[in-house]
Amino acid sequence: MDRLVQQFFNSAIWWRHWEELARGLGLTIGLAIAVVLTGLALGIALALIRAASGRPIQWAIIVFADVFRAIPPLMILVVIYFALPFVGVRLSGLVSAWIGLSLVLSAFVEEIIYGGLQSVDDGQWDAARSTGFGFGATLLIFIFPQALRMTAAPLTNRTIAIVKNTALGSVIAVPEILNVAMSALSVSANSTPLTMAAILYLVLFAPLVICSRWLEHRFPQRR
Amino acid sequence: MQSLLELRDITKTFGTQATLCRISLTIEPREVVFLVGPSGSGKSTLLRCCNLLERPTSGAVIFNGEDITHKRHLDMTRQSIGMVFQSFNLYPHMTALWNVMIGLRLVQRLSTKAARERAMHHLGRVGLTDRASYYPSELSGGQQQRVAIARALALQPKLVLFDEPTSALDPELVGSVLDVMRDMRREGMTMLIVSHEMQFAMEAADRVLFLDAGRIVEQGAPAQIFSSPREERTKAFLSRLNRR
Amino acid sequence: MNELAANFFNVEVLRVSLSALTSGLGQTLLLALLVIPLGGATGLILAAACVVSGGITRYLLFAWIDFFRAFPPLVLLIYLFYGAPMLGYEMGAYSAIAWTFTLNTSSYFAEIFRAGIESVPKGQWEAARASGMSWIKSFLVIVLPQGVRTVLPDIVSNVVTVTQLTSLASVVGVHELLHAAQASQGTTYNVSPLIAAALMYLVILWPFVRLVSRLEARLRNQSSARARHRQQRPRRQVQETTA
Repeated sequence: MDRLVQQFFNSAIWWRHWEELARGLGLTIGLAIAVVLTGLALGIALALIRAASGRPIQWAIIVFADVFRAIPPLMILVVIYFALPFVGVRLSGLVSAWIGLSLVLSAFVEEIIYGGLQSVDDGQWDAARSTGFGFGATLLIFIFPQALRMTAAPLTNRTIAIVKNTALGSVIAVPEILNVAMSALSVSANSTPLTMAAILYLVLFAPLVICSRWLEHRFPQRR
Repeated sequence: MQSLLELRDITKTFGTQATLCRISLTIEPREVVFLVGPSGSGKSTLLRCCNLLERPTSGAVIFNGEDITHKRHLDMTRQSIGMVFQSFNLYPHMTALWNVMIGLRLVQRLSTKAARERAMHHLGRVGLTDRASYYPSELSGGQQQRVAIARALALQPKLVLFDEPTSALDPELVGSVLDVMRDMRREGMTMLIVSHEMQFAMEAADRVLFLDAGRIVEQGAPAQIFSSPREERTKAFLSRLNRR
Repeated sequence: MNELAANFFNVEVLRVSLSALTSGLGQTLLLALLVIPLGGATGLILAAACVVSGGITRYLLFAWIDFFRAFPPLVLLIYLFYGAPMLGYEMGAYSAIAWTFTLNTSSYFAEIFRAGIESVPKGQWEAARASGMSWIKSFLVIVLPQGVRTVLPDIVSNVVTVTQLTSLASVVGVHELLHAAQASQGTTYNVSPLIAAALMYLVILWPFVRLVSRLEARLRNQSSARARHRQQRPRRQVQETTA
């Protein structure tokens, strides 16, 4: 028991490394926010474009969404960070993580939003179009907001799941929480930094998970 | 002769709301009893206390001489009490035949062959042998309800409870279900029916109970209740119905 | 263009790495076949427990499930793999993976199954129980099949996610596909193995991702057909023969 505390809850180690970990936390939060913003924006844009386009563009978007949902996020991060330099595109770990995770999130968001757009009752289209609104206006003003409300819960769930992947950034040298913790771990030969990382992640994600549970309660999916 | 079902001083409260207040009634074998009353009077709750889908807050439910109010394993008892629901509650992922068969297979442990035979027999009794391999979504409301009745009858219950069996049906489909219920009465099935079908009550009921605000206000033969009700509330309810 | 081919699709490099990559793929699939049933079955039991519990038990179950949904699996894996031996417990790579995935994915499966089970109308439970079926038979034969049908897209989607998650195993030294690709990249100084690995994942998982989209589209059509049916009911005349 004592050994457990020594290894995992060592207060001396805690004080030695808490600053780096706090910086790691800040970076993780920054990365997460950036990913959410670009991922959501891109995903929504793609869904709207798909709803307003002909076959060729729709197929292209479908292929994009399929590819970035099928290939593991970690794989995508690794390819961007390690492979792109070979064609002259050298991105930092942070930027690679941001781009990679945004692409993955946008693929899922596109599918969710497009599904929402399809689920909006046909009658809504009829009502708007028959009062003189054009296709694009109807889509943006009437259909999209309803789709957004319907898909709030799955959207949040998926966003949280993708955001958790920021921990994968540690594999491509992003100085986020886990990465910092792992180097602190080897520097001090003690696992306390890992505990600190775990606590930080929980503090970060537990509210999000509880929030998504509340959302599902508030906007239940009616299939 | 011992009564088939006895409800003794049944009270049911939901939170602070008392839906049923000290109701007592008995049902004899082969009797057809109608429960009528305004919405919110507790008719459905009373019916559901009979097979303990609702557990009474106090009082006793005695079926076939056995006090089942606090019985732990009701599955055996429930085989002897059939229930027909307002929204049919057929299993959508099974054909009509399997809806009827599944209880026979799983609850009464019949072989598939024996279960199929008995199920087809009961589907025949409700006039739906040609729809045996149809799914509920492919059947009209009246057909679905008749399958539901066949499903209840196949287990050979001693008593069948009906919770507004025709209230969810389009008017032209109600007759087919009532025909089945008439046949059941002719064959001597004991039935407790919650319904708004007053014509049917007039012709088929042995006894009519009028429920209001969780209490039995009046009971008697249908002729008496409908033409010369004794209580004010009964009169008021019936006149509201007649005005419709 | 040539540069692209030499760096990303180098035939020579690929020939050399092919066996490592295919054995890595085999490992990945093996891991998936291990953890998906584990996570799924545990998740189903958790979901059933949530459905029958009330009050404090239910909150505790939710707390457990939310804890393991919030806790990043990578951290959990490292914790178990490096930490458990320090407490005197034997923890090989496979055990650590099995435990991590069971704890993590069972929570996601539990939420999915629970949503499905709770979406089945109460009347189905009542009809089954009223006919004398035990709770467990009602659950397995009547309620669960209907619940699963409703959440099938989410289940398949989660299966895809879990398969992707197996790439975490590389962190504890299991030579799954990503690990094999990175190793080959290291020895050949060429990223073609990475591209090949990405394509392998794509080939294996693309059908499932397509399936998810198809299932969701089908559910959407079914529910809008139901809505239209309900709207039209008062006007429809159904021909029916009485016995």
